[in-house]
Amino acid sequence: MSGWLDSLLAILRTTVVDVVPIALVLFGFQYLVLRRPVPRLPRVVLGFVLVVVGMVFFLEGLEQALFPLGRLMAQSLTSPEFLGLPAPSTAWQDYLWIYLFAAALGFATTIAEPALIAVAFEASRITGGAINAWGLRLAVAVGVAIGIALGCFRIVTGTPLPYYIISGYVLVLIQTAYAPKAIVALAYDTGGVTTSTVTVPLVAALGLGLASQVPGRSPLLDGFGLIAFGSLFPMMTVMGYAQAGEWLARRRRLEKAS
Amino acid sequence: MLRRILLPLAQSLRDLTPIVGVVALFQLLVLRQPLPDLAGLLGGLLLVVVGLALFTKGLELGLFPIGEALAHALARRGSLALLLLFAFALGFGTTVAEPALIAIADEAARVAAQGLAIPDTAEARQDYSLGLRYTVAISVGCAIVLGVIRILKGWPVQWLIMAGYAGVVVLTGFAPPEIVGIAYDSGGVTTSTITVPLVTALGVGLASSIAGRSPLVDGFGLIAFASLTPMIFVMAYGALR
Repeated sequence: MSGWLDSLLAILRTTVVDVVPIALVLFGFQYLVLRRPVPRLPRVVLGFVLVVVGMVFFLEGLEQALFPLGRLMAQSLTSPEFLGLPAPSTAWQDYLWIYLFAAALGFATTIAEPALIAVAFEASRITGGAINAWGLRLAVAVGVAIGIALGCFRIVTGTPLPYYIISGYVLVLIQTAYAPKAIVALAYDTGGVTTSTVTVPLVAALGLGLASQVPGRSPLLDGFGLIAFGSLFPMMTVMGYAQAGEWLARRRRLEKAS
Repeated sequence: MLRRILLPLAQSLRDLTPIVGVVALFQLLVLRQPLPDLAGLLGGLLLVVVGLALFTKGLELGLFPIGEALAHALARRGSLALLLLFAFALGFGTTVAEPALIAIADEAARVAAQGLAIPDTAEARQDYSLGLRYTVAISVGCAIVLGVIRILKGWPVQWLIMAGYAGVVVLTGFAPPEIVGIAYDSGGVTTSTITVPLVTALGVGLASSIAGRSPLVDGFGLIAFASLTPMIFVMAYGALR
C-alpha cells in the first residue's frame, strides 16, 4: 500500500511541475499585460487543482492498465502457442489476428471519439448536409483502422517507416489538388482529432509490444510509428470520401441530363 | 450538482468503452482465456476514467475560460510582439502539460534505455523524456507563432504544409534511425486534450478580429502546423544530440 502511495506522490510532484508553465503563462499575461484581475479566481484555482489531481490519476491508471493492456494484447495475439506455430515466425501472413485487432481498435475508438462527433456535426451543419456527419465519421474511422493495421504490418515486416509516411504525404498532396476545396482543411484537421489521450498510450504500447514479440524486430527501431499512421490515413480517406461523393453527384447529374 | 460530477465521468467512460469492448471481444472469442491480473487492470482503468473526468472538468473550470478570454483580448490589442510572445508561450505551456505526450515520452525513454541508446538509469531516462517533451513543446510554440503570422499575412495554408512536409523528408535523411519513429509519432500526440481548444480559440479569435479573414478558413490552420513541426524538431534534436 505504501509503495502505491509513494508512486502517486512521485507522480504528483512531477505533475505539479508540468502544469506550472501554462499557469505561469496565463496568470502572467493576465496580471502583467492585461493588468486585470482574473474573473472568478477561486473557480479557476479549483480548476487547476482538478487538472493536477486528474492528471495524477490518469497517469497512474495508464501505467497500471492501458500500457499493460496494449502489451498484453500484442503478446497474446502473437504468441506461437496461440497461432499454432512451432516457433515465433517472421512471415507477415502469420500475424493476421494482430492486424485485425489493430483495425478493430482503431475503428472502434475513432467512431466513438467525442471530438470527432463534434467536428462531423459541425461540418454537416456548415455544408448544409452536403457532408454527411455519419459518412465523415465512417471515413475517418476506416482511415484510422487501415492506418493502424498497416502500421502493424510494417512493424512485422520491419520495412522503413519513412517510405510509408512519405508516400502517404505524396498521396495526400495529390489528393489535395483534386479534392473539393471545402473538405481539405477539414481533412487535415481530422488527422489530429483522431489521436485522443486514451487511444495514444494504448496504441503505442501495442506497437512496442508487437515489435518486441516478432523475432528480429527491436522496439527502439520498429516499435513506434503507429500513431503517425493513424493520423495520416484519415486525411486520405476523408478526401477520398469527398471525391467519391462529388463523382457520384456528377454522374447522377449526367444521367439526369441524358 | 450531482449532474455536474456525473457528466464528465460518463464522458470519460464513453471514451474507454470502445477499447474495453474490442479487448473483451478478442479475449472471449479469439483468445478464449481470461486476462491475467484482471483486478489490477480494472483498478487501473477506473483510475483512468476518474482521472480523465477530473482533468477535463478542471480544464473547463480553470484553463479554458481564462485562456480563451486572454486569447481574444490579446488578438484585439494589436501589439504584434505581445501576440507572438503569447502564441509561443501558449503552445509551449499547453504541450508540456499534455498527458498523452508525457506518457509517450516516458515510454520512449524506457525503450531507449532497453535498447541501450541511453544509459539505463532513472536519471538518464528522465533527462531523455524531458528533453523530448521540451523539444516538442518548443516546436509547438514555434508552430503557433508561424500560424499566427500566417493568419495576419493571409498566406495560404497549403504552401506552408508542403514546405513542412519537405522539411520532414529532408531531415529523415539526416536523423538517426532510432529517433525517426518517435519523431513521426510526436506529431500526432501533441494535438490532444489541452492544446487544441486553447490554440483554436487563439486562431478563431485572431481571425475574427481582422477584417477579411474568415474564422473558419484561417482559424483552423494552427493545429495542422502544431502536428507538423514536432516531427521536424524532434528529428533535428535526435541528429544534434
